[in-house]
Amino acid sequence: MSYLARRLLTFPLVMLGVSILVFVAIRMVPGDAITAMLGTEAGLLTSAQRAALAAYFGIDQPILVQYWKWLLGVFQGDLGISVTHGKPVLSIILERFPLTLQLALMSMCVALAVGLPAGIFAATRNEKLSDLGVRIFAMIGQSTPNFVVGLLLIYALSAGFGVLPTMGEFTPFLTDPLRNLGQMILPAVTLGFAFAASVTRISRSAMLDVLSDDYVRTARSKGVPKMSVIWRHALPNALIPVVTLSGVEFGYLLGGAVLVEQIYALPGLGRLVLEAILQRDYALVQGCVLFIAFNFLVVNLLVDLLYVTLDPRIRLGEGG
Amino acid sequence: MGRHFSTKFLSGLALAVTLGAAGIAVPASAASLKMAWKQDATGLDPHKQTAFSSIRLLELIYEPLVRFDKNLTIVPALATSWEFAPDAKQLTFKLNPAAKFQDGKPVTAADVKASFERILDEKTAAAARANYLSIASIETPDDKTVVFKLSQPDVPLLAAMASINASIVPAAEIAAGTIGTKALGSGPFKLDNWVPNSKETLSANKDWAGGKVGIDGIDISVLPDETAILAALRTKQVDFALINDPLVATLVPKETSLVLNRTPVLAYHVLQMNPSRKPMDNLAVRQAISCAIDRQDVLDTASVGEGRVTGPLTMPGYTSDTSTLFCYKKDIAKAKKLMADAGFANGFSATVIAANGEPATAAAEAQVIQSQLAEIGVKLNIKMMELNVYVDAWLKGDFDMAVALNGGRADPYPMYNRYWTKTGNLQKVANYSDDTLDSLMQKGRVETDPAKRKIIFADFEKHIVEMAPWVWLYTSYNYTAQQKTVSGFEPTPEGSLFGLTKVKLN
Repeated sequence: MSYLARRLLTFPLVMLGVSILVFVAIRMVPGDAITAMLGTEAGLLTSAQRAALAAYFGIDQPILVQYWKWLLGVFQGDLGISVTHGKPVLSIILERFPLTLQLALMSMCVALAVGLPAGIFAATRNEKLSDLGVRIFAMIGQSTPNFVVGLLLIYALSAGFGVLPTMGEFTPFLTDPLRNLGQMILPAVTLGFAFAASVTRISRSAMLDVLSDDYVRTARSKGVPKMSVIWRHALPNALIPVVTLSGVEFGYLLGGAVLVEQIYALPGLGRLVLEAILQRDYALVQGCVLFIAFNFLVVNLLVDLLYVTLDPRIRLGEGG
Repeated sequence: MGRHFSTKFLSGLALAVTLGAAGIAVPASAASLKMAWKQDATGLDPHKQTAFSSIRLLELIYEPLVRFDKNLTIVPALATSWEFAPDAKQLTFKLNPAAKFQDGKPVTAADVKASFERILDEKTAAAARANYLSIASIETPDDKTVVFKLSQPDVPLLAAMASINASIVPAAEIAAGTIGTKALGSGPFKLDNWVPNSKETLSANKDWAGGKVGIDGIDISVLPDETAILAALRTKQVDFALINDPLVATLVPKETSLVLNRTPVLAYHVLQMNPSRKPMDNLAVRQAISCAIDRQDVLDTASVGEGRVTGPLTMPGYTSDTSTLFCYKKDIAKAKKLMADAGFANGFSATVIAANGEPATAAAEAQVIQSQLAEIGVKLNIKMMELNVYVDAWLKGDFDMAVALNGGRADPYPMYNRYWTKTGNLQKVANYSDDTLDSLMQKGRVETDPAKRKIIFADFEKHIVEMAPWVWLYTSYNYTAQQKTVSGFEPTPEGSLFGLTKVKLN
């Protein structure tokens, strides 16, 4: 069986495991949809009122029955109805996903555009003052929480320049590209900042490794120009750890960036999950987590396939 | 292969970043009020929603029979006049003949009857139902007259009806089962669009019987971070905003283009003890804790002094001079003596629960109280919880002590009946009652003379503070912030946004 087919076959198993975990976990947390809606006023309900609400929220049946019903729905492509939105879960997720995807892509772009050149630059100037500078920058970038960066950016822009990206409502790229980018650039920079630091550090060390390899020394001794050695000979091999890192990070980002979405009031997947958990919207939590897990699996698979492109020596699924 | 991939990729990235940097927009103005809040409504059924955030939205769309003005006086809403029978067992309303629902149909007595029957129906699961249980039957002698027959005298009923939870909805919509999925009220604004946790679009209701609305509509954005709300105000992206965090509110007046509205509210910050647990079952221990707490210090430290120390009665007209209440001045010597009398000279350990960010000051309050109680040997462990987990524990009465922000009412009876009478729905949370509280509550319920009611509830307040099941701390402010170009907003102690009907954009 081909590698791809075998990998795809594991998908349903992983998804089933994830679904059971999230189904049980969200129900183990104290509080339910009724207390989420009414707060302390829920104490004023009579038992008949409570039963009526439980039936409305679909939490009046045993957990196994609830799970079975939900699972049957999932197989038919129905993730259930969100009680807070009053809409099918899948349609809500698909509404939110473009923003999350775009944010993930843009922050990856920021991270790679800054991190890769910085890492390569630092590697070629190993142990020099400029290398130290880059490493300090990377250290700061990695250790500053992204909500701090986000809040500082918002404060600096609004107090210093009187401008701010439009918040609250998301404008899709195809509707108004300029407005969309204006809205997304700050969050992307905020998210990309810390990630750029990781990319810098990993590409620097990978580059240092590769630059000391025999084939690079051979190329140099043959008189290949320095830039050509770096970009043509060394970089493709140094990219493998960067791709691994980026793949994992991208997978995470597709699950939404809760803090950054919260600060910039972007209606992305991260905030959707957070709100769903806070409001105990079980169907929505389950649907989102399942969707995020699926994305993660797909991204991981793509990363593995990308290895082959980057390094033809790698043969997936053979031997080990 | 690798080379082509990387060079093209990188130049593409650079282009994307440059393009993006050009797109930061400065917002333009419109005739609609641009508003922001942190917490969005959680649903559209006016009879079921009790969260402040939902009520703030629904009171723009729906109307009850009567409402409170800024002095908490009851004024007409859908009803133009009302009258109690002398024995307080019958309440008659005359409806505004001009009142219409937003689909153009008139508001009739039948709609009022259907609405209250829906609230009283257990299957509706309306939490506020408990406030209307004295309604025995509803009669509609004509289209514009409604008569509520009561099973017992119930003066506070009128105030309880001044609530969005007693909104009048169309009888036809009740029959169709669309309440909660469709917002069709008789109020000043129509809900055109709602994307939960993102935005609401409201337009002014041209046919509103209450008069002409000064703005074309309201565009509400949900901005979950309050410093971002402040930034949006600063850049004029937002005209008007609700602020919860007193720390953020104190920053508003520093901006020359902004105005902060500050209104004392009825809700109160309180340290709830659980008298069903040892040693809080001991009166002397509870009193010792009450004496050891410096309420002003809690207010100053946790809430940057934004508020006012309060007794149990927070509503204007009922508030008393707190210095006359038991141990409202910190008295460590007395507290230590009470502890020793109770056999706890060396103190004890207890756990206090508090909800994360609900209110914004919860953690700080718990910490100040912790340090104050340490002075009399009480070792307090703080347990911070997610709101919903906290509510669950709170409702079960599963705590030694709890830091809480409890909602207030314009009338003491509906505000405290739930906790401090033997049959109160939340007696299992309060875990304390006695005959004095019970009889004072009952007297207050049937007394129609305002001056006499005031005396009854003053006695109630004095007694409960001395019994110290809870330590009432302070009331805070409700904040709204607005651009100087916005005028005419009238805040109320309930935090109502109904005052937006009079707002003008200059």
